[in-house]
Amino acid sequence: MARQMLTANRLRDGAVLYWRGGGWVETLAEGEVHADPAAADAALAAAQSFVARNEVVGTYLFDVQPDGTPVKEREIIRARGPSVRDPILRKDGGKQAAAPVPPVPEDPYNVSI
Amino acid sequence: MYRYDEFDARFVAERVEQFRGQVARRLTGELTEDQFKPLRLMNGLYLQLHAYMLRVAVPYGTLSPKQLRMLAHVARKYDKGYGHFTTRQNIQFNWPRLVDVPDILADLATVEMHAIQTSGNCIRNVTADHFAGAAADEIEDPRPIAEIIRQWSSLHPEFSFLPRKFKIAVSGAAHDRAALKFHDMAVEIVRNGAGETGYRVYVGGGMGRTPYVGYVVSDFVAKPDILSFLEAVMRVYNEQGRRDNLFKARIKILANALGADEMRRQVAVEFEEIRTSGTLTVPAEELARIDAYFAPPEFEDLPDDPADGADGMPRDIPGVDPDFLATNVHPHRAKGYCIVTISLKPIGGVPGDATAEQMDALADLMDEHGMAEIRVSHEQNLVLPHVRRKDLPAIHARLTELGLATPNAGLITDIIACPGLDYCDLANARSIPIAQKIAERFADLDRQHHIGELKIKISGCINACGHHHAGHIGILGVDKKGVEFYQLQLGGSGAEDASIGEILGPGFGKDEIADAVERVVEAYLTLRQGPDERFLDTYRRVGIVPFKNVAYGQDLHAAY
Ligand code: SF4
Repeated sequence: MARQMLTANRLRDGAVLYWRGGGWVETLAEGEVHADPAAADAALAAAQSFVARNEVVGTYLFDVQPDGTPVKEREIIRARGPSVRDPILRKDGGKQAAAPVPPVPEDPYNVSI
Repeated sequence: MYRYDEFDARFVAERVEQFRGQVARRLTGELTEDQFKPLRLMNGLYLQLHAYMLRVAVPYGTLSPKQLRMLAHVARKYDKGYGHFTTRQNIQFNWPRLVDVPDILADLATVEMHAIQTSGNCIRNVTADHFAGAAADEIEDPRPIAEIIRQWSSLHPEFSFLPRKFKIAVSGAAHDRAALKFHDMAVEIVRNGAGETGYRVYVGGGMGRTPYVGYVVSDFVAKPDILSFLEAVMRVYNEQGRRDNLFKARIKILANALGADEMRRQVAVEFEEIRTSGTLTVPAEELARIDAYFAPPEFEDLPDDPADGADGMPRDIPGVDPDFLATNVHPHRAKGYCIVTISLKPIGGVPGDATAEQMDALADLMDEHGMAEIRVSHEQNLVLPHVRRKDLPAIHARLTELGLATPNAGLITDIIACPGLDYCDLANARSIPIAQKIAERFADLDRQHHIGELKIKISGCINACGHHHAGHIGILGVDKKGVEFYQLQLGGSGAEDASIGEILGPGFGKDEIADAVERVVEAYLTLRQGPDERFLDTYRRVGIVPFKNVAYGQDLHAAY
């Protein structure tokens, strides 16, 4: 049976999030891999409370390989950020690339990480 | 340029404040995501693969220096320092935060810009020939009719719940630079036998899953009747469009099911009814009032240059790269002027991108040379429509400094590519890296010029935002069990000789597609009857078979 991880977007700024231990983290590497479907479904169910509190949107499970790499290219790109290399213009290639957008200020509607 | 009247300004300002309230209510939970989503889409805000994306309208592709500076400001303050121009003559920002979007829209409203009608099942913002008002082959500037269509369609109660989105394009020239026949509806300015100008109307074109080339639904509609006629088409669509099936809801499906004769008959019935009521007649004074907004600048009386070619184009200007002159400079209707294409396709760059610095610098350049407008083309380039030829050396020099003088307009590296899987939530495969790889493969300018006009268009999924059906060489990204593959299509055209490309066969892997394209291009060079026979012409003469064999690695058969 495929292993699965749970992801969502933060409502306020759209940032990609991964589920870990009842909350959210910002990188795939920190995310929790569910080895059995029941645990994955339980995480998805638990995540609905964050949806209900308007903290995240678009929760879904996706398959990963035993080493934690997503099966689909889509999820690999979603985790790493855009794969475009652009030495000329873009500075958004990948999550490691510096993002000049200032951080979202803390407030009651922000998602606890 | 069009200037907002009181109504426009109030309407846009109210929309910004409404959206501010909607965002606030979404954040507190008064609105659920299901309730909020259609509202944000009505304001051009999508949630994509990594983040929100804001699509800002550039009506009929025309921007003033002030507006360009505002786009630079949005890119810098709220996003990651660049904007991405699209095949719909829009600009997209890939990283705005939801909480900032009301402020972005408020900033845009100060320069008469917005994101309305860039999404949802409405009549989308109207696109136009990017050489409008400047082209040597133009009968009339099509932007006034585009603006009239905008005023008629925005918030029209009959069109706020269409079966599906509806895209309209306009052109006033014989050479179709606006892909008219691939739009739900299109308006072409024509002259009838009596020498009067009016409109030819096409319907039923489209790309996506089921591509169709549109057909003529009227050869000549008199100017005052145009809105009545367009409304008649919309009524036929609104009544019979397939709301039951998302994949069959566009007018192209209806237009194809009815056939041209029946469509014309039904439209004629509706048209007669609307026309006799007289309520939708466009008064000549109103046409003149809108025309005045788009009046061309006062052209100076500049002399002809005896060294010019037969087409009136300069052959050689000291200080200007001859390659740039050959591909990026185009004939203008006024003596001593030309049109300049600013390529947003540097080799290795992302097609359609401009940085905040480039946008600001272009706005300065426009001011320095008294140019009031810049255009966005559906080919993801920018265009300076009214350039004095004597200013070309200075303008070319500045564009070169800005990295905006790539001399490749219309050549094989002037590739259209949609955002694809790097950004788009609907994508099956990446588009941009494929465009980059192909551009790098053909980077040599001599080779590009040797190949001549060749339009490559790439989409990351069947929705065809990258117009792959209309590419001389079209590339479609598909997903095979989570892995990216690419289908090649040959022989498409988005111009007046519109055609849909034919699929070559099984897809290629992401590391194979550039090789396959190169083999197809090499086969063309062998097959063509001379340097004037474009790729498309050769393809139409010899058909798909020789290309098919070669693309999959076989030698070109001796018979060819
Ligand atoms: S063609 Fe598909 S992948 Fe490309 S932008 Fe459109 S929806 Fe996205």
